[in-house]
Amino acid sequence: MNVTMYWRRLRRSESAAFWLFLAPWLAGFLGLTLGPMLFSLFAAFTRWNGVGTPHWIGLQNFRVMFTSDLDFWPSLGHTFLYAGARVALGTVLALALAAMVNTRIVGRTFFRTVFFLPAIVTGVPLFVVWSWMLDPSGGVLNYLLGKVGIQGPEWLASSTWAIPALVLMSLTATGGAMIVFLSGLQDIPLELRDAALVDGAGWWQRFRRITVPLLSPVILFNVIMGLIGSLQVFAEPYVMTGGGPEHTTYFLGLYLYNEAFWYSNVGYASALAWVQFLVVVVLTVVVLRFSRRHVHHLGS
Amino acid sequence: MALIPLYVPLCIAAFFFVLPFLWMLSGAFKGPGGVTAFPPRFWPSHIDGRNFSTAAAGVSMWRYFGNSLFIAVVSTVGTLLSSSLTAFAFAHLRSRARGPLFAVLLATLMLPPFITLIPSYAIYQQLGWLDTYLPLTVPSFLGVGCAFYIFLLRQFFLGIPKELFEAARIDGAGRLRQYASIALPLAKPALITVGLFQFVASWNDFFGPLIFLTDSSKFTLPVGIRFFQSLYQTDYGTLMAASCVTVAPVILLFLVAQKFFVQGIATTGGKT
Repeated sequence: MNVTMYWRRLRRSESAAFWLFLAPWLAGFLGLTLGPMLFSLFAAFTRWNGVGTPHWIGLQNFRVMFTSDLDFWPSLGHTFLYAGARVALGTVLALALAAMVNTRIVGRTFFRTVFFLPAIVTGVPLFVVWSWMLDPSGGVLNYLLGKVGIQGPEWLASSTWAIPALVLMSLTATGGAMIVFLSGLQDIPLELRDAALVDGAGWWQRFRRITVPLLSPVILFNVIMGLIGSLQVFAEPYVMTGGGPEHTTYFLGLYLYNEAFWYSNVGYASALAWVQFLVVVVLTVVVLRFSRRHVHHLGS
Repeated sequence: MALIPLYVPLCIAAFFFVLPFLWMLSGAFKGPGGVTAFPPRFWPSHIDGRNFSTAAAGVSMWRYFGNSLFIAVVSTVGTLLSSSLTAFAFAHLRSRARGPLFAVLLATLMLPPFITLIPSYAIYQQLGWLDTYLPLTVPSFLGVGCAFYIFLLRQFFLGIPKELFEAARIDGAGRLRQYASIALPLAKPALITVGLFQFVASWNDFFGPLIFLTDSSKFTLPVGIRFFQSLYQTDYGTLMAASCVTVAPVILLFLVAQKFFVQGIATTGGKT
């Protein structure tokens, strides 16, 4: 068989085309995702400063983490607290906003735009302006609270209020979830709502008995995506609190960044990264399990 | 009429959603020292641009603007190329490996960046890529971090009638021609959505530039603002000027192309 014939056959073969089209992604996946993942799994069992040779130390990183590291458990606990509050409140707010802008209210396009915008326009500039707004003495939030006769808290400077402050800020970035809810709401058959109306159900009953059950797959989706995102939070505490006060906002992401890039405990940081990953996976599975009894699927 | 009570919560929420942006804008134009006034003035008494000159002095925010723009444009081009090629393979080319590989692709959606980051950092170090823009742009040409985009484009490609490709094949068009002259033009809305998301993601990215760049003249805007924070401490006027410059292009993109952002987000929400 000569070369041209071979080439012609290869060209006609669909499987060959598949692999050619996939080649860039496959190279990236093997070289920059799977490869590094396996290497960091290996590094989790070593002592390594990132440049020299890693020293195999077995389970010692994990033993230290779970028993003698004074930062690990508080960091994990505070990460859970932040993620839990952010996802719970954010989901409720997103659903409420979606339900309100799904009505025939005048100006709903304006409200949708306003609620969605901060989900896209986000990042460091917003974290900086929020730090300033949350300033205990010169900030606009405490000024407004003072206007209505409330002595505002110390926000980011207080170990009690730092996490609530970060959660409060995150609520304004909930527009993505609102859009997902909105498209879910628009899929609910109008006949169901009309039938309930005929039966004399009030708005709360319709919301509780029809909307929420029919929306439950979308709620589940938003909760899982929210958890995955907020368990990995990094830039907010890095820019706004540096992990303080008193390590209250020293979340897992910040902790392992410091271990890797500040203290050069790269082996230990790899172990932390795997623990973070497993926490995300386990929580997702738990939520999926729990939801199996509570999520309704319309039709199939 | 029954809807009028809704305006109370809607307006309160809208106020808090918009407040940071108004505060940023008014802080930027209050001039030096204007931001420390207490009680705070909601609107500057006159427009003062001196905060912008401060932020443009030294290693200027305009330089950061250029750096950010360069990285965002290059990584968007890379993302569009790699994601559309990959999505086309997953949508229209048959192979026994297709199903399992697609499952692998979806699994990477859940992967925290930290888990691959440390070894990737070591790889870039070996390649001599640290403190260059290569780690921030090259991976996008290889579809790294593009799982969501690939998924979105694949859904779109699946919606293109098979007959169109059949007809092209009868006319002698190869796979590459079918991809370039049928799939890509028809998928323009989805490609715009992907391009916008990647541009904004790259523009807003803090973590990547923070880790890979050390020379302060190479910083992007988000890392630059952080750098300004260390230079100007609590001189919020200067910080707000740089912040305004950072968010302005994204706000503009959002207002012009809101439809595409909404479609992109809504597609993820389990319309499967």
